[in-house]
Amino acid sequence: MNRANLQTRTVAFFASIALLCSVCATPARAESKLQIITATTDLASLAQEIAGDKADVESIARGYQDPHFVEAKPSFLLKLRKADLLIIVGLELEIGWLPPLITQSTNPKIQVGAPGYFDASRLARILEIPTGAVTRAEGDVHPQGNPHYWLDPDNGLRIAKGIQNKLTEMRPGDGAYFAQRYDSFEQRLKQAEQKWLAEMKPYTGRKIVTYHRSWPNFADHFGLNVVGYVEPRPGIPPSPQHTVELIGMMKRDGVKVIAVEPYFDLKTPNAVARETGGQVVVLMPSVGGEKEITDYFKLFDYDIAKLKQAFDATK
Amino acid sequence: MKKLKFLSALVFFCSAAQAQQSPPAPPPSAFTTEDSRVINLEEQVRALAEEVALLRAEVREMRDAKSSRPPSSEPVLLAATHVEPGVLPTATSSSASASVVASSAPAQATQTQTLGGATSNAKLLNPDISMIGDFIGNAGHNSVSPSPSLQLHESELGLQAIIDPYARADMFLSFGEEGVNVEEGYITFTSLPAGLLLKVGKMRAEFGKVNTIHNHALPFIDRPLVTDNLVGGEDGIDDAGISVSRFLPAPKDWFVQGTAQVYRGDSDDVFHAFDRQDLSVVGHLRVYRDLGESTNIEVGGSYARGHNTAGVGSSYNVNNFLTNLYGIDATLRWKPLRRSIYHSLLFRNEFIWSNRNQLSDGTTGFFETQHAFGLYSNADYRLNRRWTIGGRFDRSGLANNAHLTDTGFSTILTYWPSEFSQIRGQYRFGHLADPTTGQYSYANEFLFQFLWVMGAHGAHPF
Repeated sequence: MNRANLQTRTVAFFASIALLCSVCATPARAESKLQIITATTDLASLAQEIAGDKADVESIARGYQDPHFVEAKPSFLLKLRKADLLIIVGLELEIGWLPPLITQSTNPKIQVGAPGYFDASRLARILEIPTGAVTRAEGDVHPQGNPHYWLDPDNGLRIAKGIQNKLTEMRPGDGAYFAQRYDSFEQRLKQAEQKWLAEMKPYTGRKIVTYHRSWPNFADHFGLNVVGYVEPRPGIPPSPQHTVELIGMMKRDGVKVIAVEPYFDLKTPNAVARETGGQVVVLMPSVGGEKEITDYFKLFDYDIAKLKQAFDATK
Repeated sequence: MKKLKFLSALVFFCSAAQAQQSPPAPPPSAFTTEDSRVINLEEQVRALAEEVALLRAEVREMRDAKSSRPPSSEPVLLAATHVEPGVLPTATSSSASASVVASSAPAQATQTQTLGGATSNAKLLNPDISMIGDFIGNAGHNSVSPSPSLQLHESELGLQAIIDPYARADMFLSFGEEGVNVEEGYITFTSLPAGLLLKVGKMRAEFGKVNTIHNHALPFIDRPLVTDNLVGGEDGIDDAGISVSRFLPAPKDWFVQGTAQVYRGDSDDVFHAFDRQDLSVVGHLRVYRDLGESTNIEVGGSYARGHNTAGVGSSYNVNNFLTNLYGIDATLRWKPLRRSIYHSLLFRNEFIWSNRNQLSDGTTGFFETQHAFGLYSNADYRLNRRWTIGGRFDRSGLANNAHLTDTGFSTILTYWPSEFSQIRGQYRFGHLADPTTGQYSYANEFLFQFLWVMGAHGAHPF
């Protein structure tokens, strides 16, 4: 009697689940707006530049958040479930949180390798690719290179081109629209780049210290020289010994500017600045880090303005 | 045939070039077909020589352009960007030279090669491999459930990979003190229609929260008393089966997920299958909502049912003894995004009810159902990047004797040298009932744990 009871209950259980599933099968949408989800706000801004009003673009991480440590919240699943295209930074930046989200999204379009899975790092110029043996004695290293590559406008352009191609592939009918959006973006970015380079020209070769290794592409593009880090190794919090060494080096080499990402504690950088007569400047690595940084252009506007201020104040 | 002619022409050209424009042999007086062929060849050679000169100039131009660029120290720029003089097409690749002439093609090819991260070729198609070591020490007094002073409690080998465009697989082998156990090993089908997520294999069942979490990801060293007493101890409900889950329709911004699972019915001390039909089922409903960008709340309801071993050795039919488990879990998380690596709070509670069919006096007596209840309440606060402090309150009846209730509390302090190692201490107090004698005794213990992770970077627990 009990077994029969159990079996009926089992059947009923699954029948009810099946019923629920059939009731709530998502209705097929007509040729509506593309749903683009990006891992970070910078990619969202680039995607928006190209997609214009043909897509809804949303980022999972916020601009003021450490992109290594985003939480895999179920609310992101609701967004990923409906996505047509997922654009990620790659190079294992999102390895701690994105893979389970992709698996659980139950969205075949954005699974790894599917047409809606777009790894922007494939298109960008990547720096700091480790050679030789890679061990975690170096901290939380990224074996495929530094993932903060979007802070070089040239890479922004390359990614935008890739997004244009991808969108054209997904919506061939709007190909001309995306091409025109890209051309406009390229033109505006090239213009802005001239302006930024001119603004940074007086500071070419200036040495700076950064908290995390977020800025190699930025420094490379704008002619800065990153000579030290507040973190002793990537992902390892500052240690007293390393801080002392850093202060010594900064004094010796006359380094005055310490750039810190908005998600790091300012205690150690401030102490270093006090000791060395330098200045801490909170630079934004991503769009949306501050309210006024609403797009990819404003990101560089903001960071360059902040850097100039810091350089001028510490002459 | 044509190719052969072309080749011979090139060979001829090479020798001619070596002869440094030696004057052509005087034309013989009589034109034979042989002679006309030679003249043809000569013309071809001359054309080729012009082409080579053109190519040389182009290559020089390219090389000049390259060398005028500032030298880059990045290892990304491949050696292929520097065209070696030696690679000039000579006698061998005449057809290839045609494509090289298209000046923009090679430039683009070299550029795309400098872009993109390093491909991890060394890894090829191996799965992501990780190994987690879990060393636990125990000191103090506990007469009810003693554990060894020092033990390499568990070494968990994780193998994870994408199987094909439709599925991924995760295998976790745990090497404990008693031997090797497949803790979990399942395939997940990610591309099913109707938003279904199907898992097949051996899995930790979706019963509440703590049952789904691996030892190394727990915010404490041991498992709560309610897990030990009602849900099968350390391994919990962990069995071979099939799991289907799906997002369920919900108001905007609410996340609701239903999971239904069928297992063989063999899970440590909780369930036991005597027959092939003695399957156990597990159902879980998960409701989640963001209360802002830093705060969120999650509530779940769970149900599990399977056969138990209470009837073994009695005159009753063993198939009549069932255990029904009901659970409610509630989790509040707070993590300010700007300081997420420094501060966070997790507050989690689980309530579990167990209805167990058994005999009133071991293998004799009358058929009865024991209604036992247990709970734990855990708060975990991250003080800074390296330190986390936590506390847990435990209270749970015994599954086969609900009149006996264990009570306990723990305080936990965790230090993280990095993301990949963890040192934890836990003080544990217990007022524990001895299931055989029914006598209560106090337990005062200090536990410590060293955890280390090597290999692939796993997902952060949520």
